[in-house]
Amino acid sequence: MTARAAPPAPAPFNPMLQEELSMTLHIRRATAGLMLSTALVAAPLAAQETAPNGDALAEDQTLTIRMLDEHTSLDPQLIEDVPGSDISRQLFEGLMVQDENGELEPGVAESYDVSEDGKTYTFHLREDAKWSNGDPVTAGDFVFAWQRAASPELASEYQWFIGLMSIVNADAVIAGEMPVEELGVTAVDDRTLEVRLSAPLPYFPQMTTHTTTFPAPQKVVEEFGDAWTQPGNIVSNGAYKLEEHVPNERVVAVKNDQYWDAENVIIDRFVTLVINDESQGLTRFLAGELDRTEMPAGQFPRMKQEHPDEAVSFPRLCNYYYTFNLSESGPEAFKDVKVRQALALAVDRDIVVNNILAGGQPPAYTFTPAATAGFTVPDVEMASMTQAERDARAKELLAEAGYGPDNPLSFTMLYNTSEDHQKIAVALSQMWKQKLGVQASLGNMEWQTFLDARSQQAFDLARGAWCGDYNEASTFLDLLTTPSGSNDGKYSNPEVDRLMLDARTAEDPQANYTQVEEIIAEEMPVIPIYHYAGVYMLDTDVGNWPVNNVEQNWYVKNMWKKAE
Amino acid sequence: MLSYILRRLLVAIPTLLLLVVLCFLLMHAAPGSPFNSERALPPQVLANIEAKYGLDKPLPLQLWDYLVGVVTRFDFGPSFVYRDRTVNGIIAQGFPVTLTYGTISFIVAVLVGVSLGVAAALRQNTWIDYIAVGTSFSAQALPNFVMAPILVIVFTWKLGWLPGGGWNNGAWPYVVMPVIALSTSFMASIARITRSSMLEVLNSNFIRTARAKGLPARTIVWRHAMKPTMMPVVSYLGPAFVGMITGSVVIDMYFSTGGIGLFYVNSALNRDYSVMLGLTILYGALTILFNLVTDVVYAWLDPKIRY
Repeated sequence: MTARAAPPAPAPFNPMLQEELSMTLHIRRATAGLMLSTALVAAPLAAQETAPNGDALAEDQTLTIRMLDEHTSLDPQLIEDVPGSDISRQLFEGLMVQDENGELEPGVAESYDVSEDGKTYTFHLREDAKWSNGDPVTAGDFVFAWQRAASPELASEYQWFIGLMSIVNADAVIAGEMPVEELGVTAVDDRTLEVRLSAPLPYFPQMTTHTTTFPAPQKVVEEFGDAWTQPGNIVSNGAYKLEEHVPNERVVAVKNDQYWDAENVIIDRFVTLVINDESQGLTRFLAGELDRTEMPAGQFPRMKQEHPDEAVSFPRLCNYYYTFNLSESGPEAFKDVKVRQALALAVDRDIVVNNILAGGQPPAYTFTPAATAGFTVPDVEMASMTQAERDARAKELLAEAGYGPDNPLSFTMLYNTSEDHQKIAVALSQMWKQKLGVQASLGNMEWQTFLDARSQQAFDLARGAWCGDYNEASTFLDLLTTPSGSNDGKYSNPEVDRLMLDARTAEDPQANYTQVEEIIAEEMPVIPIYHYAGVYMLDTDVGNWPVNNVEQNWYVKNMWKKAE
Repeated sequence: MLSYILRRLLVAIPTLLLLVVLCFLLMHAAPGSPFNSERALPPQVLANIEAKYGLDKPLPLQLWDYLVGVVTRFDFGPSFVYRDRTVNGIIAQGFPVTLTYGTISFIVAVLVGVSLGVAAALRQNTWIDYIAVGTSFSAQALPNFVMAPILVIVFTWKLGWLPGGGWNNGAWPYVVMPVIALSTSFMASIARITRSSMLEVLNSNFIRTARAKGLPARTIVWRHAMKPTMMPVVSYLGPAFVGMITGSVVIDMYFSTGGIGLFYVNSALNRDYSVMLGLTILYGALTILFNLVTDVVYAWLDPKIRY
């Protein structure tokens, strides 16, 4: 799941402006035969009184959280947004799940084997996995779901994810040139699922935590068609089942007794309330109606002071940047690397993160967030300079490029409608004006118009944001390669392309990523501004919210409510 | 009268058609599509989606297919953004909510507004007048997107009396704040129109005659002054009622009521063509209907009007 817009805070009225974060995949070579998540619990707790860590449990085990927007769908193969994936992750369970730190744990699959060449994965499904109607979850349910996700008939936007998984014949099936049965996924028997890949993909098991890969109940889907996800029709295999859905108001899910690990599920009622306005969400949190809500931008310092135990901030897997238009239609000035460097240097990121956002976001000098698994931020020169040094250097560079009082540099910077984007754009243009005498005029566009302009290179400098599709640096750095469809600045460097291609099969891809970041720091095709933080108000009685899971793939089944 | 109503209804059909065509063309002329996002979709995937929704056909054909679906099957099509929902389903779920809080707000606004206006006019330049006028001006000056958060801060957070949002099938605690927030400014307008209209009527010749005849004040106000006073009020109420029952994005957004006001604004921003069109037709039809109702009420209020 990528950032559709990924602003730090959504503008009211527009669901597409939401911070769409990735349901991503943690990169860690998980071994076959993983331990059970609940192995710490010595004995099954029939009537639970304490949590796995010894917390006394509250009588009412209801977890209520705010959702920014109405989900676009609860059909796993159609889901394309964060609210949809957050809810369906509770209703359905994939082959693998993530723990509190984002590490892989067995889900429906107890274990898996990989062939010598890394191109065939065999998943062994647990015997006791059941749908909420009592039917067993079989390998065929996964085959059906994956074929469905790839099928042109369903026409899911997430067909691209099946392509990304490199399953044999995926592209031909998506193009309608082959029947879905030709997709490289087969049920050897009810409990054995075989997946054949067209190329080895080290992070393939991590991709099986993604909603697109969740199983689908064929009988139910065929019986109800598009309406199969409505309460009353829906049958799911996760720890919760859907009880109520009032669009734009609420979703209520209750514990699924058929779930294989139901005896260790503590929260018995999970409620999401759609509240578009963040300030309204905060008020309702303070009134005790919510257990979790996102912090309105700029409120974190005050809330941290007033509610030190409830205001939390932790790194997320997303970046915020401005991209130069380096294509034919872009301004001549930006083709000069000195101009790009000067503009990047003159941005005082501390002002952006401390004075505008004020939510614990780290300033960014590289494209890939430091929180990315396995990624070490290279020592780029800009990061170690003081702002005064950066400003001095920026002035020199711009003068060398031939711009000054007699020949001032001017361009338009494009961003989509949102209060926070505007604040940041105003701050940047002021910094450039005061330090460099650069005339940056602001171009504000409504979201869809903005996307159109940016994808057609009708801009000088444009805002961008990206959230990792999986937890590895390539999900970010691929964006700056020539073939990437989302490379709207049209930056193209054969060396970067080669390094990223090699990384796919390299023993240690991290070295390549470091090299690419160094090239980017030198050539500056984009200006990284900051990396995201998750900034929440989280009730102290919520046990085990996974703040260390940078992708924020949370599972209600692993949480509890403490007695207060 | 009956033939007048029929004629008006017949004229409504081409009006609505024109509305649909204009809206359809404007929608498609706007840049963007329902399937745009930060990630550029692979061309093949986009082609599959467009084929599924018929967006690969020429525009006139798309418009024709749409109209045929609406006219023959009363089918407004699937939502392009809410992938497992239809426009009919969205309206069926959201419109009753909006209709409920809109109607209640309308009744509250009319009762309170007319009472305030009449009281102010009858006691012109007394403290009653000042309070009524003061109240309605402050109510007008406080937009609902300011009032909504204040209501929640006061009644939910500080006092803990009312839930801060949601609908809960229209249980009364959930309806109170949306109704206050929605009705206030309408109430203020109604009060001001009623007051000035009533003052004008009270100064007119036929009222002076009634006074001269020695009719009691109560009879003068209720039997003679009220009907003409309501003329300008009614012309305001028609559109106001449609405005209220078709919902308010502010109410839906701040109180999570799940009405169609929010869907309408979002559908435009998301380029959810079918939802946008469906709701535009609904709004258009309601506007035409209530303009007609207003005109009929006119005829009843003013015997000079004949259709």
